[in-house]
Formats: sequence, structure tokens, C-alpha cells
Amino acid sequence: MTDYGAFMEALVFYLFAILGVLAALGVVIARSPVRSALSLALVFLALAAMYVLLNAPFLAVAQIMIYAGAVLILFLFVIMVLNPRLDLIGGRTAAQTVAAVIFAAAFGVLMSVTFAAGQLAPATGVFTPEYVSEAGHVQVIGALLFSEFLLPFEIASLLLLIAIVGAMVLARRERVRHGDPRQDLR
Amino acid sequence: MLTVTHYTVLSAILFSIGALAVLIRRNPLIMFMGIELMLNAVNLAFVAFARYLNNMDGQVFVFIVLTVAAAEVAVGLALVVAIFRARENVDVDEIDALKG
Repeated sequence: MTDYGAFMEALVFYLFAILGVLAALGVVIARSPVRSALSLALVFLALAAMYVLLNAPFLAVAQIMIYAGAVLILFLFVIMVLNPRLDLIGGRTAAQTVAAVIFAAAFGVLMSVTFAAGQLAPATGVFTPEYVSEAGHVQVIGALLFSEFLLPFEIASLLLLIAIVGAMVLARRERVRHGDPRQDLR
Repeated sequence: MLTVTHYTVLSAILFSIGALAVLIRRNPLIMFMGIELMLNAVNLAFVAFARYLNNMDGQVFVFIVLTVAAAEVAVGLALVVAIFRARENVDVDEIDALKG
């Protein structure tokens, strides 16, 4: 790779890494749940950029469609339904917050140091970037999903079916209630 | 030149921030967002290792994680809505009816 290409790669990486970390902090810190949700959208977009950098364009698109599209919209819908009550929830006490920050920071440092000290195994796989870009990323993923990973794929579809039915059962409104008719309007 | 360490350290940072969100917020929605952050951090590590080992298994795994995350959010948010209907309050510290 040329110097210019490597420089641009590093530039894009650090740009989106900083964006992602700041947006992730925004999710934690923001007072309003809507702001947290929108910060989360920024994290998802930054991660999609990372996937592009890592030669996984199909994953980047799937990330945007599923996370920024479906998951985030679901969050926003629930916030819309519950919002007036959500503001009433307080925060942790100062001592709890300080302890949580210390432990989370220690955990992050521990993981980072472990990753930095580790030695990557030799890249023996057959899916080199050249091979993937020639065969097509979607084609390679699709071929794997329907051959080697067929069983996990089918189990995932079953899981989605269970989740759909489960969510409908859980969120269903009781039609007939004894007593207060206003219960149905909420 | 970027190495796998760049991506894994970023993934570690995002994972810790997600854990922090679960620890310091009492709003169940924000806690779910923290869980999503952690799942995304793991996905990033998967894709980074898949790229630097020339092995696609990690990327296929990310699809499975994506599915599980979508299912988890659907069921989790349905639970929050159901709890809200029943209790008028979704503060996680006050949902302790199952406490032994």
C-alpha cells in the first residue's frame, strides 16, 4: 500500500474512532433518552465506517439497515410511548457513579492492555482481501451462510420467529379489563 | 499502517462505555442501549480479527450476533412496555417483585 493510502486509512480510522467513542459517551451522559438514541445512531454509523475500512462492505450496509434502521427506530418508538415517565427516573448516587466509572475504566484498560500485548496468529485463511474483492463480499458471505453455517443460520431464523411471537405476546394490550375503562386507552 | 490492535482497543473502549451505561443509568432504555453498545464492540472485534486472519468465520458470526441483538431488543422493549403498563414506573431499581 502506498504512503498516501496508509495515511488516508489511518485518518479515516481515527476520525471515526473518535466520533464513535464521543458518541458512545454521549449515550451514557445525555439526560434525554432521545439524545442517547441519536448518539447511538452516530456510534452505529462510525462502526459501519470501520467495517468498510475492514473490507466488509456488506456488513457495513447490514449494520446501517438493521441497527440504525430497525433497532434504533424501535428505541425511538418506545421512547415516544413512554417519554413523559422516563424523565422521572433519577440517576445513581455519586458514590455509585464514581465506583462504576472506576471499574469500567479499569476493565477497559485491562482489555486494551491485553489486546495490545497479544500476538496475532499468522493469517492462514484463504479469504485474502484480493480474493474477497474478486469473488464479491456478498457472494462469499452468502456461500458460507448457506453451506458451512447453515445450521446457525436456520437457528437464527427460528430465534427471530420466537422473538416476534414473544414480543407480540408481551406487549399485547389486554382487550377486556374489569373495572376502569381508561386502562385500555393508555 | 493500521493493525488489528487499533480495532481491538477501540472495541475494548466501546465495550467499557457500554458496560458503564448499564452500570450508572437507571433508565431501562439507556441500559438496553449500553447492551447494544457492548454487542457492537464485540462485532467490531470479530470483523477486525476476520480481516487480519483472512478468515470469514468472524463476519458470519457478526450476522448471527446481529440477529440475536435484534431479537433481544424486540423482546426487551416489549418487556419494558409491559412493565410500564402494569406498574406506571420503569425505574429498574423498583422492579424487584421477583426478589427472593
